[in-house]
Amino acid sequence: MAREAGAEVVLRLDGITKRFGALVANDAISFELRRGEVIALLGENGAGKTTLMNILFGHYTADAGTVEVFGHPLPPGHPRAALAAGVGMVHQHFTLADNMTVLENILLGTGTLLSPRLGSGAARARVARLSRDFGLSVDPGARVGTLSVGERQRVEILKALYRDARILILDEPTAVLTPQETTALFETLRKAVALGLSVIFISHKLGEVMAISARVLVLRHGRLVGAVATADTDRHKLAEMMVGAEITAPKLSDHTPGPALLTLSNVDTPRRGNAPGLNAVNLTLRAGQITGLAGVSGNGQAALAALIGGLESPAHGGMELHGVVPADWSPRAALAAGIARIPEDRHRTGTVADFTLTENAVLECYAEAPFSRKGWMDWAAAEGFARKIIETYDVRCPGPAARIRLLSGGNMQKLILGRALEAGPKIILANQPVRGLDIGAVTFVHNRLIAARDAGAAVLLISEDLDEVMALSDVIHVIYEGRLSPAFARGTMSPAELGTWMAGHGFGEESDAA
Amino acid sequence: MDILDILLSASFWAATVRIASPLIFATLGELICERAGVLNLGIEGIMVIGAFAGWMAVYLGTGLWAGVAVAMLAGMLFGLLHATLTVPFGLSQHVVGLGITLLATATASFAYRLSLPEVTSPPKIEPFQPLEIPGLSQIPLLGPALFSQTALTYLAFVLIVVVSVVLYRTPLGLALRAAGENPASVEAQGLSVTAIRMGAVIVGSGLMGVGGAFLTMSAFSSFFFEMVNGRGWICIALVVFGAWRPGKAALGALLFAAFDALQVRLQQTPMGALIPYQVFLMVPYVLSILALVLMSRRAEVPAALMVPFNKGER
Repeated sequence: MAREAGAEVVLRLDGITKRFGALVANDAISFELRRGEVIALLGENGAGKTTLMNILFGHYTADAGTVEVFGHPLPPGHPRAALAAGVGMVHQHFTLADNMTVLENILLGTGTLLSPRLGSGAARARVARLSRDFGLSVDPGARVGTLSVGERQRVEILKALYRDARILILDEPTAVLTPQETTALFETLRKAVALGLSVIFISHKLGEVMAISARVLVLRHGRLVGAVATADTDRHKLAEMMVGAEITAPKLSDHTPGPALLTLSNVDTPRRGNAPGLNAVNLTLRAGQITGLAGVSGNGQAALAALIGGLESPAHGGMELHGVVPADWSPRAALAAGIARIPEDRHRTGTVADFTLTENAVLECYAEAPFSRKGWMDWAAAEGFARKIIETYDVRCPGPAARIRLLSGGNMQKLILGRALEAGPKIILANQPVRGLDIGAVTFVHNRLIAARDAGAAVLLISEDLDEVMALSDVIHVIYEGRLSPAFARGTMSPAELGTWMAGHGFGEESDAA
Repeated sequence: MDILDILLSASFWAATVRIASPLIFATLGELICERAGVLNLGIEGIMVIGAFAGWMAVYLGTGLWAGVAVAMLAGMLFGLLHATLTVPFGLSQHVVGLGITLLATATASFAYRLSLPEVTSPPKIEPFQPLEIPGLSQIPLLGPALFSQTALTYLAFVLIVVVSVVLYRTPLGLALRAAGENPASVEAQGLSVTAIRMGAVIVGSGLMGVGGAFLTMSAFSSFFFEMVNGRGWICIALVVFGAWRPGKAALGALLFAAFDALQVRLQQTPMGALIPYQVFLMVPYVLSILALVLMSRRAEVPAALMVPFNKGER
C-alpha cells in the first residue's frame, strides 16, 4: 500500500523510560507513527515491547519521557485519556468479561456512567456497521465465554473501533490465532489503514512483520536498536537486529551413544479423559543421545511425559532405569533417579507464579542438602543457587527475590532449564521446551540441551515442531495414538516421510486399513 | 390439616413478607458487593450496627426516616473501611470481612453500654406502623399479607426492581458487573476499578445497615444484642442461592422467610407439642441448605469474585 512520506504524525513518543526495580524495561525510547501507517514493534520476549505499549495506553506510568497524540501531550497513567485521544489497544491477554455478551463488553465504559440507559439498540446497529466495514464478523448477542479465540480478538478490535480509535495497538495478536485467522486479521488491518487509521503491530514473528508492516522498530533489552523500512530489510537482518548476534543453527557433533539409561518394553498406560494412553510402547533412551519425539499434538505425548516424569505407572509392560526395574514409581522416585523435567506448560506445572525465583529454583530439591538441613530451610543456600542459575542461564529479572510471574516466558523457561540442568541429571525430559519462545531463547535452550547430551545425559525431546525435532535429534520416533514408530536414525528420513508416519501410516495393519 | 390451615392464613403470609424484608435489604447489599467482585463478610456486623444506629437515632429524638438514614450511613462507614482495606490495599476479603463483623458488633455493644449505662431492659421506640394501601389491602388473603406492611417493607420490594434495573439496564450496572467478571476489562475501557468496587461495597453496606435497622425499627421496637442472629450469613447463602441475580435472591429470601414463619406456627400445633421445638427452629436452615445445594450447581459465580485487582501488575 502506498503511503506519502510526509503524512501527518499521529503519535510521537519521546524519551520513554521505565524501570521495574533494577530492571530497565524501556530505555529512552523515541519514535513517530504516521497516519495510515503500520509499524511493527519487533523484539524478543522481555525486550520491553508490551511495557512500552502499556505506558502509551496508560496502564503504567513512565519514569521519564512524554507521549504526544495528534499533537497533544497525553497525561500519563490514564487509559481513559488514551482512549479519548483515539488510542485503542488490543491486549495480548484479552480484557473481556466472559459471562457478558459481546455487545455488553463493547459498551462497557463508552458513555457516562450515570446515564439512565445503556442504548443497546443504537449500539447494536453501530457494531454491525463496523463489523461490515472492517470484516470483523461476530454475533453481538453471543456470550464472550462461548466464542473462539479468534472471535474474541475481533471483539477486542471492535471495542477499540467503537470508541473511534485512530491508532490501533495490537500486542502479539497472532500468537493465539490459526494461520487462517491471521490472514483474516491482516485483511482487517489493511482495511483500517486504507480508512486512515494507524497501527502498531507488536510481534516477534518475522514473517508476519514482513507481511504487514511499512516500517519496523526493533527493541532489544529495552532499547530501540533499529528503525528500518520493511522494504529495505529481510528476515535474516531483522533476526540479527533482534537478537544482537549472528544466528547460528544448532550443531550436533558426531559421537557414539552410551548405555541405555531408560528402557520401556511393551508399556501400556490408561487413557486419561480425551488424551490417549500409551499402547505397547518400546523406547530406549541412551546416554549422550537426544531422542526426538515427533507427532501431532494429543497423540500420547502427554502420557509418555507423565510416565517418565513419575506421574503415571505402566499398566502393562516393563520399565527399566539404569538396568533396574524401579520398586515404586512416583515423581519423587523419578527425581531421585536423576530425571530432570522441563514441563510442557511452564506457567501451570513448571512454576508457582507467586513464588520468588529462589523458591521456584529449589522446588524440586528443597528437602535436600544444602537447601535443607535437619528439617530447616537454608534460604541463603537456596538464594545462592538461584543466583547461580540467573547468571549461568542469563535469566533477565529484577533479582532472586522477585516473584516469577514478573518474568517473560523466555526468562521463566531459562530458570526452569537451569533448575533441571544444574542438578546434573542423567535423563532429561524436555517437553515442548521452546514453545512460545523467541529466537534468542530458542537457540539458548537448544544449545544447552546439546551440551547436556555431549556431557552424557539422555535427552527425550518432545515437540510438535518437526523442524526442531529433525535439527536436534540423534534418533527420532513418531508417536501416533499412543503408539511409537521404530527409531529412525538422524538423517535417514525426510520431513515428508516423517509426516506420513505422523498421519498414522506405517503403524501396522489396523491403521493402514483405516 | 394443620399445615393447610397455616398456609391459608393471612397472618402466615404477612409474617413471611415481614421476615423476608430485612433479608432482602441485606441480600441486595451483599449481591451488589459480590457482583463488583468483593465478598463482604462484614454483613453480619454491619446489620448489627445498622440495627443499633437506627434505633438509637430514633430514641434520641430523630424521625423514623432519619433513623433509617443514620443506619444506612453507619453501614456505609463500615463499608468504607471494608472497601479501603480490600480494594486499594487488596487484603484478604475473608479476614477483613470477619474483622469488620467483629468490630461492628463490638462497636454496637460498646456504644450501647456507653449511652445507656444504667438501663436493665432496652428502651422502646415507636416503630414504623403498617401502612394499608387503599384498595389493595382489601383483597382477601393477599391484602393483609402484602399490602398492610410497613413502609420499609415496601421499600425493600421496590429496591429489588431498582437494583435489577441498575445492574442490567444502565452503564453503571454494566461497569459494576464487569468489575466482578474481569476487572482488566474495566481498566482497559478507561474506568477505575477501584472507584467502582469501593462504591459498590459502600452502597451495598449501606443496604445491609438498613436491613439491620428493619429489625429495630419495623419488626421490633427495641434493640437486643443477639437480634441479628446469623441473618447476615443467611444473606450470603441467599446470594449464592439466587445465582447472583436480584430477583432470584429475593425469592430465596421469601422462601427462607416462609419456612421460618411456618415453623413458628407448627410449634403451636398439637404435633408441635410432641417434637422438641429445636427441631422446628432447624427447619428453615436445613431446607435452605437443601435448596442451596440444588439451586447453586449451575450458578455462575462472578469470575473475579475475591480476586484483588492491582493496577499495573503483570
